[in-house]
Amino acid sequence: MNPSDGFEQLKFRDPARARGLRETLDRLVGQASHAPVSIMHVCGSHEQAIAKFGLRAAFPQELQVIMGPGCPVCVTDVPEVDEAVALAKQGVRVASYGDMLRVPGTSQSLADAKAEGANVDVVYSVTQAVELAREHDEEVVFFASGFETTAVATAAILVDDPPDNFSVLSAHKYIPPVMEIVAEMPETKIEGFLAAGHAATITGSAVFEKFVERHGLPVVIAGFEPLDVLAGLVKLIEVINSGKPRVENAFPRCVTREGNVHAQKLLWRVFRPTGGRWRGIAHVPNGNLRLRDEFAKYDTRKRFTIDASALWHYAPPKLVQQCQCGDIMAGISSPSDCPLFGNECTPDTPVGACMVSAEGTCKIWHQYGGRPDLRSIKRGAA
Amino acid sequence: MTRNVRLVEDRITLKYGTGGGAMRALIEQIFAQGLGEVGEGGIGLSAMDDGAAIRIGDHYLVIATDSHVVQPIEFPGGDIGRLAVSGTVNDLAMMGATEPLALTCAAIIEDGFSRDVLKRIWASIRHTCEEAGTTIVTGDTKVMGHGELDGLVINTTGVGFTRRVVSDAGLSVGDKILVTGTMGDHGLAIMATRNELALETTLESDVAPVHTLVRRALEVGGAGIVALKDPTRGGLSSALHEMADKSRVGIIVDEPSVPLRDEVRAVGELLGIDPLVSANEGKAVFGLKPECAEAVLDAIRAHPLGRNAAIIGECIEDRPGFVVLDTGFGSRLLAEAEGELLPRIC
Repeated sequence: MNPSDGFEQLKFRDPARARGLRETLDRLVGQASHAPVSIMHVCGSHEQAIAKFGLRAAFPQELQVIMGPGCPVCVTDVPEVDEAVALAKQGVRVASYGDMLRVPGTSQSLADAKAEGANVDVVYSVTQAVELAREHDEEVVFFASGFETTAVATAAILVDDPPDNFSVLSAHKYIPPVMEIVAEMPETKIEGFLAAGHAATITGSAVFEKFVERHGLPVVIAGFEPLDVLAGLVKLIEVINSGKPRVENAFPRCVTREGNVHAQKLLWRVFRPTGGRWRGIAHVPNGNLRLRDEFAKYDTRKRFTIDASALWHYAPPKLVQQCQCGDIMAGISSPSDCPLFGNECTPDTPVGACMVSAEGTCKIWHQYGGRPDLRSIKRGAA
Repeated sequence: MTRNVRLVEDRITLKYGTGGGAMRALIEQIFAQGLGEVGEGGIGLSAMDDGAAIRIGDHYLVIATDSHVVQPIEFPGGDIGRLAVSGTVNDLAMMGATEPLALTCAAIIEDGFSRDVLKRIWASIRHTCEEAGTTIVTGDTKVMGHGELDGLVINTTGVGFTRRVVSDAGLSVGDKILVTGTMGDHGLAIMATRNELALETTLESDVAPVHTLVRRALEVGGAGIVALKDPTRGGLSSALHEMADKSRVGIIVDEPSVPLRDEVRAVGELLGIDPLVSANEGKAVFGLKPECAEAVLDAIRAHPLGRNAAIIGECIEDRPGFVVLDTGFGSRLLAEAEGELLPRIC
């Protein structure tokens, strides 16, 4: 990896252009037929950009930008974690991304299993998990999490003849169906979605067209630099104000209408969508990605009998009962509403999944100074 | 935030060594209990400054101590020896004692440690002492069993005199904040040697004694220099939080004006580590009266270690104890590093 690749993006960090976009945003929100205007994004990377650059303090007062279920680690459901923990405790070597180790299952996380002596490895990519399988003369299970972007990487490995002792325990999720669920929740007053640019490079913008037809809510695809986010919001409020919901692509330097057709073919050749629960949110029809029968050989669930029942005799501790992760992921509340946030619940002592993952709302807010401080700051003496 | 340390835990974990709020709570709750009073006009343990100052006639004797556990022992831009000398010389300077009289050095070595490496480290200690115009006048050597520590631990203690002690608590509303150079170099250089992404970088630690730079600044700024701190563990963020908290002012930082090496910025983005919470080992943070700020900035920029110095913010009455970051796009509160972001960095 060459660090100088990082410089290319810096041209999307021009504060003067940001001021211009903010003024436009102010004007557009002022022109809206009602206040406040609520929009949702569904991506941890969008929240990262918003929090890191302090954008919330610069948004118009009457604009609410809410993070929805945009953290794949956070929405991995308890029974899925239990499967991985049960396998690890059965003596199977389990590899997963670092954040997944600390996501709580019914009574234990993978990190707990590791502390008790189970073979649990942190990997940075599915490729590393395959390398582990090649190095070890034993079964290696890759506990795979991530949205359609990451799922393509898993798919690419499975069509490329991985070793026989390698299998995938898929907790991959598919974003478009959960947008439908959130759009229909009576508690949410979302008027439009900011869709994740990287996922759309694969799915293409067309994937959202049916959603817009069905729900009458506009979708704007946006990138992850501060100017991308601001430009995406400007476009989204424009469309909302126009009263004609449609899909707009505010990230055309990467996203096309068709998307990456090769990657899509790969994705659907290996995975099939199936319904399943997303932690804290709901049952999401077609929201989970599971291996197709042709890849049964590499499907951990077909290869092993997983008995997680030993993990179920358990009463959740008091703190867990107070955790608001579910409502936060559904966009109904924010970390500001949670009494645990920053007190009992910190990245060191996470109570819920949102404080575990680098893409979780709570972890992001905590990393960038806590609850956004939206009061204006008085310079000099008060 | 760690500033809100309500927890008292049964075990001391790595987070207590990160230089943030958890460590300060530990010092308050255990180490400073019934210890550390130094008499009138002095600075003792409970002040949790960079060192202690004991009044002797019209001078202050300044004492500072620092233990070093960095891994790897030799890293791009320096090694544990250069770090051990610079760390203590800088801590003395941050109290105003910019002529380090002498150092002590204790080494704890693991059974089986290489004599060649030890010779290299001591050559580096000698060289850095010469550079700093000081020497090691006494020491202590211990060897522990294999696996009982990791390689080498070095402690240095230094003494020096000053007529005027500069604390880290002297800020008031309107004062300017200056940093003497690019931020985060040491922390990210160490991180780049460790992370498993196999980064190839030319990042180098900034480890260096900065007492001559501080001396020059004090000559120019005099009483206009109201606060001094070295932004080591926890980086600029921890230093500013401590200064803001002790001085009961808010600090607003203009993020685009904080000097960063391009490569530090890029590697920080890649690894998801903010250079503002990464350690520095050859830098200082100054609190300045506005009327002397430009003159001190010019003097520091004229010093070889201060060429990239910049005024990055100012003290405000609003948000006492907090650090507000104006990103140029919006604003937010700056967080302190916590947890085991990067253990054994210095």
